[in-house]
Amino acid sequence: MSNQHIDVSYVAKLARLDLTPEEVGTFQSQLNAILEHVESLSSIDLPNDLALDDHDHLGPMRDDTPLPSLDPELVLRNAPDQAQSQIRVPKVVADA
Amino acid sequence: MTLTQLRQQFLSGQSTPTQALESLASAIAERDSQTKAYISYNLEEALQAAAKADLSKPLGGLPIAIKDNINTFGQPCTCGSKFLAKNYTSPYDATVIRKLKEAGAIPFGRMNMDEFAMGSATENSAIQLTRNPRDPERIAGGSSGGSAASVADLTAYAALGSDTGGSIRQPASHCGIVGLKPSYGRVSRYGVVAFASSLDQIGPLTQSVDDAALLLQTIAGYDHLDSTSVNLPVPDYSATINDGVKGLRLGIPAEYFADGIHPGVRENVEKCIQLLESQGAEIIKLSLPYTSHVVATYYVIAPAEASSNLSRFDGIRYGNRATGASDIIDVYHQSREQGFGAEVKRRIILGTYVLSSGYYDAYYTRAQKVRKLITRDFTQAFEKVDAILSPVTPTPARRIGVCSENPLEDYLADIFTIAANLAGIPAISVPCGTTAFDGAPALPVGIQIMAPNFGEAMMLRVAKAVEATA
Repeated sequence: MSNQHIDVSYVAKLARLDLTPEEVGTFQSQLNAILEHVESLSSIDLPNDLALDDHDHLGPMRDDTPLPSLDPELVLRNAPDQAQSQIRVPKVVADA
Repeated sequence: MTLTQLRQQFLSGQSTPTQALESLASAIAERDSQTKAYISYNLEEALQAAAKADLSKPLGGLPIAIKDNINTFGQPCTCGSKFLAKNYTSPYDATVIRKLKEAGAIPFGRMNMDEFAMGSATENSAIQLTRNPRDPERIAGGSSGGSAASVADLTAYAALGSDTGGSIRQPASHCGIVGLKPSYGRVSRYGVVAFASSLDQIGPLTQSVDDAALLLQTIAGYDHLDSTSVNLPVPDYSATINDGVKGLRLGIPAEYFADGIHPGVRENVEKCIQLLESQGAEIIKLSLPYTSHVVATYYVIAPAEASSNLSRFDGIRYGNRATGASDIIDVYHQSREQGFGAEVKRRIILGTYVLSSGYYDAYYTRAQKVRKLITRDFTQAFEKVDAILSPVTPTPARRIGVCSENPLEDYLADIFTIAANLAGIPAISVPCGTTAFDGAPALPVGIQIMAPNFGEAMMLRVAKAVEATA
C-alpha cells in the first residue's frame, strides 16, 4: 500500500464534484487521517490460499432477461426538465 | 404498546386501525417537535388505508414507520438529502413495502436518517437533527435514527430501517429498543436506495423481540428483483422463539470486551451473559482475531461501493439539477456539489480514490481479502458456538455535536457492529439495562447477538431470553 497522500481536488474532479477551497482543505486533513488508519491493512500477512473470484469483485449477476419497466409517465414526473415524453438535458456535444 | 398487543386489540375490538393512527398522530403532534424523528407523514392517505384494513391478514391495519430511503409508491424518499428533498416521488414500491402491504400493514411516516445512510448519529441529515427520546441532549444514533427514536418515543409502533455497518442496531441500542439486521440475502434490497450494495440489509426496529420476528417473517424471502437475494425457505420464527437458551453454546469474543468499553456497558452486558448462563446456556470464550481490522476494511469497501452507487445522482433523471450550468458535465458537477452534504462528499472522494487506477489493488482488493479473513473468523467460531454475544457499542449515546469535526472517531465507534455486515451474518441489538454516562443518569445499553448465516431463528431465541432477563 502506498504512503502517498490523496490529492482531494484531483479525485473530486474524477467524482464529478466541484468542491469549495474550504471543503478541499477540510477533506484533505480528514481523509489523510482516515487513510492512515486504513494503511493498517497493509501490515496483514495474507495467507497464500486466499484468492478472490469474480463474485468478490462484481457480486452475482442476474440473467439478462427483459422485464416490464416502470411507467414512463411516473418516471418523467421526477425529471427536473422534460419535453415530448423525454428528459431534457443541457448541451451534450461540445462546440466545434 | 407493541405490534403484537395492538393486533390483539384490533382482533378483540378494543381498538381499530383508524384509532391507532389517530393516536399516533396525537403522539407525533405532542412530542415529535422535539424528537424530530419524522421527516413527513401522510395521515389522510393512511386513514384511507385504515378504513379498508383487512384484519384477517397477519399485519392487518398495523402502521409501520419507514426509513426515508425505502421507496414507497406515491410518497417522498428524501434519503435525508437535499438532493432528493424536493420534487421526488417514488414511482414504485420496494419489495419490503409490497410485502408489508400484502400482509395488511400500512406504511406510515418517512423517518429521518443520515444522508444516504452515511453516519452513526443522524447528525448528517440535511433535513433535521433527530434527538434521543431518552435524553434530548444525546444523539439517537444512526443512520436509522428517526426509525429508532420514533419507536422509543412511542410515536411509532414499529419501523423499518437499513443497516450497512450497524445502522439499525446502533440506534436501537442508543434508544433502548430492539433492532435486527438480517443475513445478507435474507431480505430483498429492491427499492432501498443503495449505499453499499454488498453490505446493505433492510430490517425491523421494534419494541419487542416478538415484533422483530413478526416483521422479519413478513419481509424475508427470495425476490427475483434482487440478484443477491437468497432462495432459501423462511422458517417460522415464532415456532422456536420461546425455546430458551438451555443447552445452547454462546460465544464471548475477547476482542469485543477489550479496553475502551465504558464500564457501565461492560457491566450490563456481562450481567446479562451471567443470567443466560444461569438459565442453562454454556458460555464459551473465543477469539475473533481480525476484529481490529474491521473498521479499516469497511472504510475501503463501503465508500468504494457508495462512490459507484451515488454516481446515479447526476441531476439528469431525478432530484436536484443546478441551474445556470454551461453544459452537461457542468450540470453533474454543480448538481452534486449543491445536493450532497459533507459526509457524502467525503465518502464519495474516498471511494473514488481507493478504486482509482494504481490504487485499486492496494486498497480495494486487499480489503476484500481481509473481509474474507474476517468472515473466516466467524465461520470457525460458529463451529464451536450457536451464537456470539457482545456489546453493540463501546459507550452509550454521546452528546450531540461532539464528534462533528473528527469523522474517524465516529467511524471507530462502529467497531462492534461492522463485522456482521462484512461477514453477511445476522445480528440483533436487544436492550439489557441502563448506565450513567457523561452526566446522564441512565442511558440505554444494548447487547448484540450474532448468529451464523440464515440463523435468525436461533438468534431470535437467544434475543427473547435476553429480553426476559432485562
